[in-house]
Amino acid sequence: MRTSIAAALFRHLILATGAVLMVLPFVLMVSISLKTEGEIYHPQFSLLPTSPDGIENYVAAFAMQPLWRYLLNGVLVCVGIFLAQALFALPCAYALAKLRWPGRNLTMAFVLLGLLIPPQVPAVPVYIMLWKFGLLDSYAALILPSAISVFGIFLMRQFFRTVPDDLISAARMDGLSEVAIVWRIMLPTAIPGLIAFGILSVVGHWNDFFWPLIAIQTPELATPALGVMFFVTAEAGTNFGRLMAAATVVNAPLVIAFLIAQRWFIDGLTMSSMK
Amino acid sequence: MAEISIANISKSFAGTIILEGVSLDVANGEFLTLVGPSGCGKSTLLRIIAGLEHQDSGTIAIAGSSVDMKAPKARDLSMVFQSYALYPYMTVEENISLPLTMRRMGTLQRLPLLGGLLPGAGAIRREIAVEARQVAESLGIAHLLSRRPGQLSGGQRQRVALARAMVRQPQAFLMDEPLSNLDAKMRVKARAEISEMHRRLQATFIYVTHDQIEAMTMSDRVAVMMHGRLLQVDPPQRIYDEPKTLEVARFIGTPEINVLPGTVRHDGAIEVFDKIWPVVVDAGRHAPVSVAVRPEVWEVAQQPGEGSLLTGTVRHIELLGSETLLHVSFAGSAASVVARVEPTVATRYRLGSPIHLAVDPARILVFTENGKRAATLTRSVPSQVRNLHG
Amino acid sequence: MAELATARHRSSASSASRRLIGRWVAETATAWSLAGPAVALMWLLLLGPAAAVVLLSFTDWSFGQPTMSWIGLGNFREMVADQLFRTSFLNTLVYVAFTMPLSVLLGLGAALLIESGTSGRGFYRTVFFLPVTATLLPMAFVFQFAYFHPTVGIINQTLSAFGLPTRDWLRDPDTALLALGVIGIWQSVGLNMVLFLAGLKGIPKDLYDAAALDGADGAWERFRRVTWPMLGPATLFVLTVTAIKSFQVFDTVIALTQGGPGNATNVLLFQMYQEGFSFLRSAYASALTCVFLLFVLVLTLLQVVLVDRKTHYG
Repeated sequence: MRTSIAAALFRHLILATGAVLMVLPFVLMVSISLKTEGEIYHPQFSLLPTSPDGIENYVAAFAMQPLWRYLLNGVLVCVGIFLAQALFALPCAYALAKLRWPGRNLTMAFVLLGLLIPPQVPAVPVYIMLWKFGLLDSYAALILPSAISVFGIFLMRQFFRTVPDDLISAARMDGLSEVAIVWRIMLPTAIPGLIAFGILSVVGHWNDFFWPLIAIQTPELATPALGVMFFVTAEAGTNFGRLMAAATVVNAPLVIAFLIAQRWFIDGLTMSSMK
Repeated sequence: MAEISIANISKSFAGTIILEGVSLDVANGEFLTLVGPSGCGKSTLLRIIAGLEHQDSGTIAIAGSSVDMKAPKARDLSMVFQSYALYPYMTVEENISLPLTMRRMGTLQRLPLLGGLLPGAGAIRREIAVEARQVAESLGIAHLLSRRPGQLSGGQRQRVALARAMVRQPQAFLMDEPLSNLDAKMRVKARAEISEMHRRLQATFIYVTHDQIEAMTMSDRVAVMMHGRLLQVDPPQRIYDEPKTLEVARFIGTPEINVLPGTVRHDGAIEVFDKIWPVVVDAGRHAPVSVAVRPEVWEVAQQPGEGSLLTGTVRHIELLGSETLLHVSFAGSAASVVARVEPTVATRYRLGSPIHLAVDPARILVFTENGKRAATLTRSVPSQVRNLHG
Repeated sequence: MAELATARHRSSASSASRRLIGRWVAETATAWSLAGPAVALMWLLLLGPAAAVVLLSFTDWSFGQPTMSWIGLGNFREMVADQLFRTSFLNTLVYVAFTMPLSVLLGLGAALLIESGTSGRGFYRTVFFLPVTATLLPMAFVFQFAYFHPTVGIINQTLSAFGLPTRDWLRDPDTALLALGVIGIWQSVGLNMVLFLAGLKGIPKDLYDAAALDGADGAWERFRRVTWPMLGPATLFVLTVTAIKSFQVFDTVIALTQGGPGNATNVLLFQMYQEGFSFLRSAYASALTCVFLLFVLVLTLLQVVLVDRKTHYG
């Protein structure tokens, strides 16, 4: 008790230092993105830009590369992937959680096995497969390989298991088909789980770099993370002001969404580890 | 409205027999209660009737035709669940209308937004809303239509569940312990309401409960189930007065029926604690039997009288207000009996008082060793026989 | 009445059982129609390819080649002799050994400090978690320029302000891998913190009271006697998750060093990427993928076994 004030101060001192280290990269990113070339390389570092000309970086970033297109691609790919994952995972999760059928235990075992496989492992064969079907370098190449999420199946199954059996019995008595039960009864009760999974999926694919790097050649098809790479030019020397402007634009949607819906984000992103 | 015929239904799960050759016919408009201890298979039987589970063998027929091939929705039955099973994210109105929506509207018409544009959808929706409101009004929950189940009390939820079952006129109502989640006071009220609902709808009801009071108070007939078998199917009073087996006798009635060990003498008379009782059975001579007497059948006296059969000591007195229970034990025996008497009679006894018990011979029940009821004749016991045993 | 009903229906017993089989078939078909599409895709896109990777690793196939033949363990033999593989494998281990303990310890420290007081909990949690949502690739460039830049980077500016020697962190073979590790730690601390916070929430408060009555009431004693043992399973879990994540380091390598300087930052996934998608040596890339997969499986298995052994903590 005697040291409580000192202890509290110590706690805040350490945590605040940590907090500064955590946010500093974001702050510097925005700071540099608002500076002119001259300011950036000025030997005297200052956090705030001295002139408003740095805003030019953003104009240039959008002019130099189809940044809008990258963002749009990101939205398209993330939405497409999430919809496909939900469409396939939900009925399967329901069958695994609530129906008795031959093959269920085996299917569940394969789902658990699938959870162990990191996403980079299927890359080579999936690449070959897409090439065979002539699908490389297309939206399909970005969306299709992620259309199924065994984690999504597993997670939604866990959620569905908590739905009382009586509710499903009641729905059957009320005349719902099994397909209708999935979408009208199970889905609404598992909305929190689906949102958390959706955040996990969207954050994962917005930020993914490995697969778009492999699958995409055409700059117009690049996702945001891949698009940033096009701002790096070895020959002419990278313009860091513009690069940081692009980085800010790419990071902004998720960071803003996180700050608005922290609880959901933290739940969703920690869930990935909760296998 | 239809009769339901249950024929030779058997079901086992993971090697455990749950139902064994259960056969039962439920008449059109009848209120039949399946009663039994938990785990006796009564809920499974109900779920098999509903089509929610499959029998291993046997047939369920509704209105004369087999429904074994039919999925639950095609059997046209309504069910009320113990947990009420209300859809938590739908309003009360949506909960009540869902069975109608699913039956009257096509897949496309049910679609949100788009469905509303289809011809006829609006009219059907309005019609359903009217019917849902009517049912809600009849159960006094019309003011709750826009709420969600989470905002309702237990009693209100139970009524919503009833309303959802009532809203379409099904072939029959199946109820699986619908009152067991209510507190004692609400339960009494709800019993009366369900009985009233049955009278008004004149529909076939199959009602599952472990509570014998619900079974006795509401049913036209009671089916007592134990260990996956039907032990007796009869009107409530008959079940109480004329149980076919000792298990049924013990299960129905509170406090439990008194059972004393007896033997059959060479002349067919029953002997209990070395005393000849005024009944004769047609059972094996010298066989042990169980002699059962309901607590309220005892006639108690402070002094030994002509008909006295048992002499014991009052060990415990339970005052219940309208009646008093006297627990009587006997010297040299572990057996004890409970007598239900008027409070005015009970005041004559203290703990430790001697007490003499007599019984109307016609109301003595005798069960053989295997628990089956033995037919009894009353007889007047010759005095010399009685004297012989002092 | 019951006996009557039995007799009436006995004759139709066999047709009844046929009807029951009919329903069983219908229900099985329904279940498979719900699960089937997902199962098919799971095999097409995950399990099948994973099996194909193992098979490919025993062949000599190169992307686009018309023929392939079995070479048994040939790829793995090549791997053992491959100086580059040894380097990338070692680099990966060094990277994991550097980032995992620091990221777990910092996460644990942050969680303990946040939980030890009441003020600012939500704020600190938010701030520490922020990097988890960040897109790593652009953030890598922020680190490259703002932190590790030889002249205008914060690190060298600070060092020179104190008159200390400076380095070109990302171009120095001794520091490049560690520099990438710093970025990895920055991004993963927040997740570990949240996982530890969840673990801390699960410790019953009674235990601290009991420990206090038993004389363990100092902060250190409380941590040693109650917190740390109770966090055991959570810690193992966080360690495994962090190790697996660290094993997958890739984005920062591609963005900042391309494996350089002189292969100092060539890691397993980077080599796999180069072999498979730059040199198109699919079979060899598959063999590298197998090594990667094996490590992830071993780590997961290790965690499962250890947690099982430590269940008495839970």
